[in-house]
Amino acid sequence: MTNSPSDALIQMINVDKFFGSFQALTKINLEVKRGEKIVICGPSGSGKSTLIRCINRLEEHNAGRIIIDGKELTDQVKDIDAVRREVGMVFQSFNLFPHMTIVKNLMLAQQLVRKIPKAEAHKTAMHFLERVKIPDQADKYPVQLSGGQQQRVAIARALCMKPEIILFDEPTSALDPEMINEVLEVMTDLAREGMTMICVTHEMGFARSVADRVIFMDVGQIVEEADPEEFFNNPKSERTKAFLSQILTH
Amino acid sequence: MNFDLSLVTESIPKMLAGIGITFQLMALSAVLGLILAVILLLMRISGKWYLSWPAQVHIYIFRGTPILVQIFIIYYGLPQFEFIRDSVFWPILREPFGCAILALTLNTGAYVSEILRGGVLGVDHGILEAGSALGLSARQKFIYLTTPIAARLALPAYSNDFISLMKATSLASTITLMDMTGIARTIVAQTFAPYEVFISLAIIYMILTWIIQKTFGRIEKYLSRYVNP
Repeated sequence: MTNSPSDALIQMINVDKFFGSFQALTKINLEVKRGEKIVICGPSGSGKSTLIRCINRLEEHNAGRIIIDGKELTDQVKDIDAVRREVGMVFQSFNLFPHMTIVKNLMLAQQLVRKIPKAEAHKTAMHFLERVKIPDQADKYPVQLSGGQQQRVAIARALCMKPEIILFDEPTSALDPEMINEVLEVMTDLAREGMTMICVTHEMGFARSVADRVIFMDVGQIVEEADPEEFFNNPKSERTKAFLSQILTH
Repeated sequence: MNFDLSLVTESIPKMLAGIGITFQLMALSAVLGLILAVILLLMRISGKWYLSWPAQVHIYIFRGTPILVQIFIIYYGLPQFEFIRDSVFWPILREPFGCAILALTLNTGAYVSEILRGGVLGVDHGILEAGSALGLSARQKFIYLTTPIAARLALPAYSNDFISLMKATSLASTITLMDMTGIARTIVAQTFAPYEVFISLAIIYMILTWIIQKTFGRIEKYLSRYVNP
């Protein structure tokens, strides 16, 4: 396998991000190839979420470069829109549109952003609702669904846009324990089908079985980056060891 | 003292002859006021100081002064200026009805724009982020996400303002308009029976308020269908 920049779907080069005077990200360098699954973990406040939110410009980076599928993220609205069309995102708090039925949630962006006719958007929506195993909930409102179901809808909503990449920002952190698996199952299926994924998560079982690489972050920096086997069995940095002993002993 | 019930039964039909004017004042200034409120709101949240400041000044002035004073200034004050008498608006501003509509519109517009702003600020930020992540433009997010959700959040406060507006139409009687209150005052001047006449008038306003409340209750139920399905 070559390492030329051209097969990287996501490139982050020396990215810095500040919130006021607080430096949230420091010199982040990250390359993600098409089809790769990355899990990012680390203590809260370490910059994991900020990192993936920079990838679809929900946060603006202050220095360095971010290039997604050959398109660089700049201040140009056009570039941002182009990138957002390729990058799906799933949030910790689901963020479904509360005033629309499930199927309308899945159709809205297809119609407005991709300009897909209504009938076709509906068909695509139902297709992905079946993929996440809740086609029978199509005409309900989000509040009528359980957390796990809502998160699966959110994943389906992202898939409807046929993205190249999906970002997961702690997708199971807001879920009751018995609902975590149904969401992880959907994510695992996606991974098997070759979707490029970056997941911020503390689900270490998921990281072990799905990730190509695990990244550990602390105080806004990438501290360690390794394949899961190496990462869990033979962590190099003291900070990684301390973190792993914290979460794996529970 | 005696409470003369026959006076009540006689005066109510007479006052109801003015309900048309009351209704016109209410409906026209509610519609125009809502349009003004949306414009003021968009100016305030535009992020541009030269739009935001004039909106804030307008809101400050019309919330900071009594509506009765505003009506007097517009009715008695504006005709003092020659350029207003020469303007295309003179046919409207010459009439007390036009002045009342203008005052009520400017006043309710200021209040309602603040109510709408509260609704807009109440929209969960995460929902808008989800819209951004899906590639929706700022305008699309405003139309398809912010507006419907903010409308539901703002409705209870808006219905209050609507009732205030309905009651404020009675002030138009001070500039010679023959709305229900104007007619009531005429009857009192003829009969010297303020007690019976004004109580009858109050009852009519209460019934109107009740109808407005019920109507808004229904709208609220409809807009909240996704919260308590």
